[in-house]
Amino acid sequence: MHPLARRIQETFPTGFVSSTEWRGDVAVTVTRDKVHEIAQFLRDDPSMDFDYIVHVSSVDWPDDEERFEVVWEFYSIRKRHRIRLKTRVPESDCVVDSLTDLWRGANFMEREVYDMMGIRFRNHPDLRRILLPDDFNEGYPLRKDFPLRGKGWRDTFEFLDEQPR
Amino acid sequence: MALEDQRTTVYKVDPNHPESETLPALRTEELLLNMGPQHPSTHGVLKVIMELEGERVVKSTPVMGYLHRGVEKLAEDGTYHQFIPHTDRLDYVCAMYNNFAYCRAVEKLLDLKVPDRAEYLRTIVAEVQRIIGHLFWLSAQALDIGAMTVFFYCFRDREILLDWFDELCGARLTTSWYRIGGVERDLTPSLIAKLKAFLDYFPPKIDEYQVFLEKNRIWLARTKGIAVISAEDAINFGLSGPTLRGSGVDYDLRKYEPYSAYPRCEFSVPVGKNGDTYDRYWIRMMELYESVKIIKQCLEQMEEGPIMAEVPSVTFPPKQRVFTNLESMIQQFKLFSQGFKAPPGEIYCGTEAHKGELGFYIVSTGGSKPYRLKIRAPSFVHMGAFDHMARGYMISDACTIFGTYDIVMGECDR
Repeated sequence: MHPLARRIQETFPTGFVSSTEWRGDVAVTVTRDKVHEIAQFLRDDPSMDFDYIVHVSSVDWPDDEERFEVVWEFYSIRKRHRIRLKTRVPESDCVVDSLTDLWRGANFMEREVYDMMGIRFRNHPDLRRILLPDDFNEGYPLRKDFPLRGKGWRDTFEFLDEQPR
Repeated sequence: MALEDQRTTVYKVDPNHPESETLPALRTEELLLNMGPQHPSTHGVLKVIMELEGERVVKSTPVMGYLHRGVEKLAEDGTYHQFIPHTDRLDYVCAMYNNFAYCRAVEKLLDLKVPDRAEYLRTIVAEVQRIIGHLFWLSAQALDIGAMTVFFYCFRDREILLDWFDELCGARLTTSWYRIGGVERDLTPSLIAKLKAFLDYFPPKIDEYQVFLEKNRIWLARTKGIAVISAEDAINFGLSGPTLRGSGVDYDLRKYEPYSAYPRCEFSVPVGKNGDTYDRYWIRMMELYESVKIIKQCLEQMEEGPIMAEVPSVTFPPKQRVFTNLESMIQQFKLFSQGFKAPPGEIYCGTEAHKGELGFYIVSTGGSKPYRLKIRAPSFVHMGAFDHMARGYMISDACTIFGTYDIVMGECDR
């Protein structure tokens, strides 16, 4: 196990779920209720020192019990190491703690995740859609059950390959 | 810390000032102004709702997404090769660097080694693209501030390089020249000669631009001390590229997570001090000189060799072989029709584009299409800091803040 992952496991034995290291990327999966605490530890602990947020992302696994995966990627400018923090969120209770109070750059990134995947962030200062219009009511486009051609009025177009020959 | 102090003393009215009591009681109210989406200085279709106190910005809310095309969703429906042309349309000013960042990410996913010559070619073209990007930025920024001459001079030089791209890959802007595992075609002797001629011609021109601007009182007044952001804030907001280095943070992926031929080249990373628009301008000008240096070194060090990795399950065969050799034709057909299967796993790969860190986060489940592809676009992240940086400045300064990010909405909205 990578030393960064082991450090998280030792400090948060109940929050730690698993860790992987692949192609040089360290990824740590944690439980949802400890995300904020662990993120704060990652930012403030002198040996971790992750002061830079790279991206917030999400993955949809429709067949899993806890359907969504939220992914944060952090970098330390002083220590020059990276870590990926992941947690799982069920569809019925699609909420996870916002990290905007720790990294202000997370504000727009979390809004994008909300916009595209429908995951809500608790304590986010301004959780609105960001790329899609505010009145977009066709769901969340990056979910796997959202068709590529779109929903709503876009779905009424006739496409060439659907014409009877 | 000192920067914050400077900002408050310059831009906030002192309530204890003796004259402040003698001012007549005027009725004041905050004005809400919609700027954009159709506005020449928002660099594309971006709207900002500004709360104004007189001409000062109190709060600004960017409204984005006018150019949202669902690129991340489209990526899930095509093979890895098919996504390369989509990356051209992200940051349409600098398509080559998007191709580069994406191909690097897929190569990391596949654990693919790119031949030496291809690495040099990639670095040369990426740095040419960086020059184009910075020239485009400089012309747009100067135009925002009112210096139209610089715009024409920069476009004159940019045109030379775009024609060079045209000769290299047949397109000026949407290039798609990079391939997974290498590059599409080699530099011809004519291209190398033209590039060498440009490298001799260009450095005096950079001095020329600096003469235009660095003694220009309007330029200095509009850039020095404007849009100041401290190093701590810049890091906290996740800024990258010249926007972060302008605040004095030495963060350049080319140096600290070296890739391609960069570790074999000697170059320095300019870092600013004050975190204002002027420092970010200065960094980009210095990077033009550094890019010229990098290209020169690459041209010297480059040796003959293959330009594409030989991994038949992933990379395309050379075109000559496709026409003469049956196996190569089958390989080409299978790659174009079905793509290749990537191993299950997930990677993040960041590349230092001229705007900042352009990253791709790819999740693969073992199929021929990415299961999830997330683009970490620097323009989008930079817009997150816009409100913080615009507060307390004038509306006209807000226009220069879009410029100082070098924002391109195609990348911001994806």
